[in-house]
Amino acid sequence: MSSTQAFLEIKGLKKEYVAGKPILKGIDVTIKEQGIIAIIGPSGTGKSTLLRCINRLIDPTDGEIVFEEKDICKAQNQQLRKLRRHLGMVFQEYNLVERLTVIENVLTGRLGYMSAWQAWRRKYSQEDINTAFELLEAVGLSEQAKQRADSLSGGQRQRVGIARAVMQDPRIILADEPTSSLDPKTAVEIMELLERFSLEKNIPALVNIHDVTLARRFAKRIIGMSEGQVVYDGSPENITDDHLKKIYGGESWLD
Amino acid sequence: MNTTNYNYQRFTLRQKLSRYTVYLVIIIALVQSIRTVEVIPEFFFDAPTQMADLFSRMWPIDFDFYPISVHGAMIETLNIATLGTLLTLVFALPLALMNASNVVSSVWAHWIARFFLVSSRSINSLVWALLFVAIFGPGVIAGVLAIAFRSVGFVGKLLGEAIEEINMGSIEALRASGASWMTVLLKGYWPQVMPAFFSLVLFRWDINVRESAVLGLVGAGGIGVVLNDSMNLFQWQRVSMSLLAIFVVVILAEIIVVNIRKRLI
Repeated sequence: MSSTQAFLEIKGLKKEYVAGKPILKGIDVTIKEQGIIAIIGPSGTGKSTLLRCINRLIDPTDGEIVFEEKDICKAQNQQLRKLRRHLGMVFQEYNLVERLTVIENVLTGRLGYMSAWQAWRRKYSQEDINTAFELLEAVGLSEQAKQRADSLSGGQRQRVGIARAVMQDPRIILADEPTSSLDPKTAVEIMELLERFSLEKNIPALVNIHDVTLARRFAKRIIGMSEGQVVYDGSPENITDDHLKKIYGGESWLD
Repeated sequence: MNTTNYNYQRFTLRQKLSRYTVYLVIIIALVQSIRTVEVIPEFFFDAPTQMADLFSRMWPIDFDFYPISVHGAMIETLNIATLGTLLTLVFALPLALMNASNVVSSVWAHWIARFFLVSSRSINSLVWALLFVAIFGPGVIAGVLAIAFRSVGFVGKLLGEAIEEINMGSIEALRASGASWMTVLLKGYWPQVMPAFFSLVLFRWDINVRESAVLGLVGAGGIGVVLNDSMNLFQWQRVSMSLLAIFVVVILAEIIVVNIRKRLI
C-alpha cells in the first residue's frame, strides 16, 4: 500500500443512542501508519462505540468511514460483509464459541469467505487449515488445538481471539479492551502479540485501552478521547499530564 | 429479683384473624365440594371389594396374548411416538427461531410464533387425536399428527428459550468477521444450542411414548386400541398384559433417554 493512501479515514462520525444525546460528537481520524494505535479515555466516553461503528456492529448516526475506498456507513448486506472480512476484531470477553475446539474457533475467521453450506460441512481449504495451525503455533497454543475453547484460561482464550482475527487476513485489527480482563503480565503478552501481527502484516491495530502505561509502552500513536471527542492525537512521547487531565479529568490519580 | 418480661408474639392480631379466616374458607370449600360431588356411599365403600375383584380377574396375566396383538401394537405405538417427534421438528424449528428475540427482532414474528405455539399447547393430544381421527379416519396417521401437533408448542417454546440464553458475544464475533446470516446461525447459534436441543427432543420423545399409548383409546392406532378393545370385551387378563407392556416400554424409554443425555452434555 502506498504511503499516501490511508488505511482508514473517519470523517465527522456521530452516534446518538438516544436522539439529542450524542455519545460520539464528530470524530475525525485518519489512520495511515501500521502498528498499534491506542485509543485511551475514561469509560463511557465512546471508545467502544467508535470501534463498533467501524465494523458496523453499531450503526453510526452520521458521518463517513472510508475503508478500501468505500464508505462503510453506507454499505449494505453483501458489500458490508465483504468489508467486514478485512476488519479483524478482538473482544474484551474473547467471544469464542465455547463448545467448539480451539482450531475450529481460529478457522471461524474464514467464515466470511465461505458459503453457509461449506461452513456447515466444515469444508475449509487446505491452505486455511495450514494457516490456522501456523497461527496457533505463533500464539503458542499448538498443543491445545483440539481442546474445547472453554477449557482454556483467559489469556489463552484471548490468544485464540487474536489468531481468529488474523485468520481473516485483515487490513485493520480492531481490539476492544483486549487486556482489561487479564492480569498485568498476560496483558503485556497480549499487547506484544497484537504489535507483532500488525507489524508482520503491515497493518494498523486500533486498540481501546484504559491502561495509560501500557498504551505508552506499545503505541506509536495515541488518540485520547473525552466526552465523545478526540482531545489528543499524537505520539506517546508528547502526551503530558495536562493532556491526561483533560482526557480523564481530575488529577489526584496522576501522582 | 427483678426480671423484665419482653413481649413477643409471632403474629399481630390482624395477621392471626386473617390466618383463621383462610383456614375457615378452606374447610367450607372442602365441605361444599364434597356435598356437590354427591358421593354415593354404597359405591364408595364397595370400592375395595371391587378393586380386589378386578385384580383377581386380571390375574394370571395372559402372556400368550403378547405375540398375538400386543407386540405389533406396541411397535406401532413406538412408531407413532418417533414419527410424531420427528414431524414436530419440521414445525418447531422455524417457530423457535421466530420466537427467539435474539434471532428475529420483529415483534410481529414473535406474536405469530407465539400464537401457533400456544394453540398447539392449549389442546390436549387426545383432543388433537379426536380431530385427526375425524379428518383422516382411525389409524396411525391420526396418531402421528396428534403427537406432532401437541409437541410443537412444547419443543418450540423451550427451544426458543434455550436460543435466547446463548452467549451473544460469540454471535457478535462471527458477524464482525463477515459471516452471512445463515453461517452465523449454523456456526454460532447451533453449537451453543445443540445440547439443549437434543436433550429437549429426547425428553419429548419420552413423553410421546407415554402419550401415544393412550391415543388408541380414541382410535388413533397403537397399544391403546388393543387396551380399549380388551376392556370393552371384559378380557381383563389381556388388559393386564397390555398395561404390563406399556409399563415395561416406558421404563425402557426412560433408561435409554437418561443414558443418551448423559453422553450428550
